[in-house]
Amino acid sequence: MRKYVPKGNVQKQSYYTDRFHVVPSTPRTKVETDDVFATHLKTLEAKITVKSSRIELNCMVVEINHEDNFKALEVLKEECGYAMLSEMSAVDYLAKDKNFEVFYQMLNLKEVKRMRLVMRIEQGLALESVVPLYNSANFAEREMFDMFGIVSNNHPFMKRILMPDDWEGNPLLKTYPLHGDEFASWYEVDKIFGKDARDVIGPESRDEGKIERYDSKRFSRVGYEVPFGTEVTPGEEVKTEIEYSKTFLVDYTKGESKTIEERK
Amino acid sequence: MAQHQVNYTSSGGLPVALTTVDHLVNWGRSNSLWPLTYGLACCAIEMMAAGGSRYDFDRFGTIFRASPRQSDVMILAGTLSKKHAEFARRLYDQMTEPKWVISMGSCANTGGMFNTYSTVQGVDRIIPVDIYLPGCAPRPETLQYALMMLQKKIRKESANMNKNTKQNLRLM
Repeated sequence: MRKYVPKGNVQKQSYYTDRFHVVPSTPRTKVETDDVFATHLKTLEAKITVKSSRIELNCMVVEINHEDNFKALEVLKEECGYAMLSEMSAVDYLAKDKNFEVFYQMLNLKEVKRMRLVMRIEQGLALESVVPLYNSANFAEREMFDMFGIVSNNHPFMKRILMPDDWEGNPLLKTYPLHGDEFASWYEVDKIFGKDARDVIGPESRDEGKIERYDSKRFSRVGYEVPFGTEVTPGEEVKTEIEYSKTFLVDYTKGESKTIEERK
Repeated sequence: MAQHQVNYTSSGGLPVALTTVDHLVNWGRSNSLWPLTYGLACCAIEMMAAGGSRYDFDRFGTIFRASPRQSDVMILAGTLSKKHAEFARRLYDQMTEPKWVISMGSCANTGGMFNTYSTVQGVDRIIPVDIYLPGCAPRPETLQYALMMLQKKIRKESANMNKNTKQNLRLM
């Protein structure tokens, strides 16, 4: 039996918390304070329902329903001049809000304006692909599918982009352990040699500082050297007669060290 | 017309070198180690530098080959991802016997700083390694040293040794 590792929320708690750390917040202003953004928002509100809107760090953030994503992007591209989709992906809020936040970061090259379209989507639901509008969404949606498992409908090639096709799990989920789950830790062994080789090859060594005192194949104890591969029984180690002080362990207490009598 | 004739037994000794088959074969093998042109990450840059004119691998008889079927040594230079592990093993399998493997750099040795789900934690999980070369990334001189250590190792081996049965047994 392998050791049971709870898989509920392995990334929830950070190992380092600063009691006096205050998360910095950026000032948020209303969209009406910027004329260009206000007209863009008005155009958008005429077509779809906008849940909330703000300006943060010179970037308009508009929250909508996830069903409207294609229509909203169509309006933003055709009517508001956001010709470039610079980035899109998702954020895992499953533990906090039981949904993902999908965002589309866009750039208007003519008016030099950036805006972000955000929407919440529950796990298991699919988005509409925006590849017909923005080609850059092609890889981004595949990555979102790979990393979060959010499928885009009508995508030309909905396939994992980074992980292997037969991979199990979505690595960017907060529930996915950084060192990989059971499947991930045996992936290359299972694939190349088959599952029978697991016992021969053994589990991954994740501890880089690990030293095994009685493993004479990989380690050698100073002063107690044995030939390669010899079995060492704890407590019955034989001291070797190698004089290390003459090589690299210099003993300054005895020997030919010279003390200067007086300063020159 | 005087006829040229050398009396070998009396004038200057016999032009005969006595050696063992092991020594002769290993002399040939160790001085013509052809590595596979196979770079995985940043260590490959150092490997390229070692192959270039300044550090000059050619003087060891080490000429990078573009095909695993012409190669004797596989230098695993860089981070091996789990997705790619299958193909690294396939390239190793395509190399003809006898073959040797140098694991170059921390990532190839142990996974290095990539203690993550997608990185193979040491290439020796899938390929038997002869020389582990530490460093991040190792300097070209260090790779040269590793190659010279491999040469030393080869010269100690038996020419008739079937490496495949000896070393790969645990993986076959």
